[in-house]
Amino acid sequence: MKYLDEYRDPVLARRLLSELESTATRPWTLMEVCGGQTHTIVRQGIDELLPHGIRMIHGPGCPVCVTPLEMVDKAIAIASRDGVIFCSYGDMLRVPGSGGDLLGVKARGGDVRVVYTPLDAVSLAVANPDRQVVFFAVGFETTAPANAMAVKQAASLGLDNFSVLVSHVLVPPAITAILDAPDNEVTAFLAAGHVCAVMGWTQYEPIAAAYRVPIVVTGFEPLDLIEGIVMAVRQLETGRAEVENQYVRAVRRTGNSRARDTIDEVFTLTDRTWRGIGEIAHSGLRLSEAYRHHDAETRFPVEREATRESEVCIAGEILRGTRLPTDCLAYGTACTPRHPLGAPMVSAEGTCAAFHTAGRGRQATLEEQ
Amino acid sequence: MCLGIPGRIVDVAQGRPRMGTVDFDGLRREACLEYVPEAETGDYVIVHVGFAISRVDEAEAARTLAVIRAIPDALATELGTEP
Repeated sequence: MKYLDEYRDPVLARRLLSELESTATRPWTLMEVCGGQTHTIVRQGIDELLPHGIRMIHGPGCPVCVTPLEMVDKAIAIASRDGVIFCSYGDMLRVPGSGGDLLGVKARGGDVRVVYTPLDAVSLAVANPDRQVVFFAVGFETTAPANAMAVKQAASLGLDNFSVLVSHVLVPPAITAILDAPDNEVTAFLAAGHVCAVMGWTQYEPIAAAYRVPIVVTGFEPLDLIEGIVMAVRQLETGRAEVENQYVRAVRRTGNSRARDTIDEVFTLTDRTWRGIGEIAHSGLRLSEAYRHHDAETRFPVEREATRESEVCIAGEILRGTRLPTDCLAYGTACTPRHPLGAPMVSAEGTCAAFHTAGRGRQATLEEQ
Repeated sequence: MCLGIPGRIVDVAQGRPRMGTVDFDGLRREACLEYVPEAETGDYVIVHVGFAISRVDEAEAARTLAVIRAIPDALATELGTEP
């Protein structure tokens, strides 16, 4: 059993896998929706340890990867303007747009800066009153409370030179879209532990009930994931479809109410396009009317340009979970973490990066599993 | 940027939003503690993009940090190092 001896508690891991072996009587397909979980699964070879028929599909769990191309192009256009200080989290800088990336803008003399927290961008706006500071607010429900607080802070300081380019996405509508897809094969989900630390899991309960699909809130340590898989398969085998919490150490049913309240105050629901997946109704956040003054899209109108994805890259299918990175002709050759063609190879949370880091070769294909 | 890194609060400042210093296994960063009003100096919290979003115990912090260390560049990326 590959890597098992490296586990914090290999005895417990073996016991759980043995239970899974005896519990699973039919094939089941599970999807994790967290880039950190994807890395653990692939690096530790958890997907290769599972009993025959139990299959893991890697979902759209990387916030950088699902940020739409159109928004990356818009970020590049705004960052290229004179007088703008464009701020972003580090992994957004190398995400390829239609004709380059933010790192390229920086190389050409654009003032593109990496920030650790959106509050750093607010501080830059305070320190540079004659410049426009734009912050690229991307991510799932985990980053939304931070970005919301930054907007609130800028508003309370009366900063007219601070705006945000908002491209937030939400996990529950993505799960619903995956379940609604005609070619859906997912029979259970592992929900991202840290997303649920903010939001809790009440939003998942109607989905589990309506679609008869187990959803297990799961951490991202190897044992967490194996236990989450066992809990999901137990449900599937006994005909239950509930939301269960494996990650009891960090997650409560209602999440973090302060963080949720701030998100609700600053943002409002909007339809959002996901890279590789397409538009999903009510799957994103935009600024609410009270904070629209800080909307970079209004402040810096950018003409909609025709977007262009790489012709070789199959990132879209990878983000939908219908193909594996190793199915891609460019994987490991034309596309590597140093020279990525698609977003899933860029971010530390991307599925392609996870496969590449784990040294997965091209021989494995979805059909062969 | 979505992973969340556990760290220990080493001091809490006055003011709004509530800020503090968090130690990530030797590397110290300022973090916003507004969403964890119950957390005090010595407590472990999970920090996302400079904001603590959940309190955890020391053992959980150690486990999570070990996983993040195994993901190349994840710690540096989360803490805002240039790519």
